[in-house]
Amino acid sequence: MTDVMEKPVTKQAEVPVNKDKGKLKKVLVICSKGRLEDVYAALVMANGALMEGIEAKMFFTFFGLDAITKKKADHLHTATVGNPNFMPEMPTILAGLPGFEAFASYMMKKEMDKLDMPHVTEFIQMIDAGGGEIYACKLAADMFHLKKEDFLDEVKGIITVGDLYALAEGEGTQIIFI
Amino acid sequence: METLTLAGTSVDVNAEGYLTNMDQWTPELAREMAAQVNIELTDKHFEVIHWLREKQREGVQLSIRKIGNSGLVDIKQFYALFPGGPLKISSKLAGIPKPASCI
Repeated sequence: MTDVMEKPVTKQAEVPVNKDKGKLKKVLVICSKGRLEDVYAALVMANGALMEGIEAKMFFTFFGLDAITKKKADHLHTATVGNPNFMPEMPTILAGLPGFEAFASYMMKKEMDKLDMPHVTEFIQMIDAGGGEIYACKLAADMFHLKKEDFLDEVKGIITVGDLYALAEGEGTQIIFI
Repeated sequence: METLTLAGTSVDVNAEGYLTNMDQWTPELAREMAAQVNIELTDKHFEVIHWLREKQREGVQLSIRKIGNSGLVDIKQFYALFPGGPLKISSKLAGIPKPASCI
């Protein structure tokens, strides 16, 4: 008899069990940052909620507005300077060279493509198609002199903080701030 | 492993109700499973279900985006066909494992 090596088995992770049965019905994702990784975190969470049958609303404020601004949405960058998680061995003086940040962002987007992650505008279209609602912050829009026509078509409106809390009304709602 | 008896046949399912052997799937079974979540399957539903099964056989990791690019339905139609978690529900009805996708 020959010894046959056991084949490695890929096991799916066990589904975490939540003991509190109060259902999550709605998430309100607030995105206040415009860096590539922060914007994607917000988009993945809102879209992920819709995929689970959970209602999702998004509110973009401050630099987060870049993610829903026509001219900027698909050109977001990651920070190569002042970002301790980005190539810690890279001297700041090199990471700050012209074009380096664009290159790093390009590489990151390439990796995202491999994972079938859509570009920001496509992601926002997906969220809109899934019934998610996207809003811009009035105060930040005023500050950056942005108007309705500067934003992507999927943006439903420019709203105040009071309107934002109205969106979060209802039992089983969670607010996620990024 | 549990057994589910529907449409006159018994199939093996996991704790979440997903078929553990996609070859045990039949269209009648899908119809019965759909009725339990208040969906009446139309030809369009079956087009999506067959496409999912085909991709599963090819070993493709399924995502909402891939379905949107399938040419069968757009994302909005997909959500309308399988309301309340389209990828999970359609996968369950297609007799394939629960999708492990975040997008």
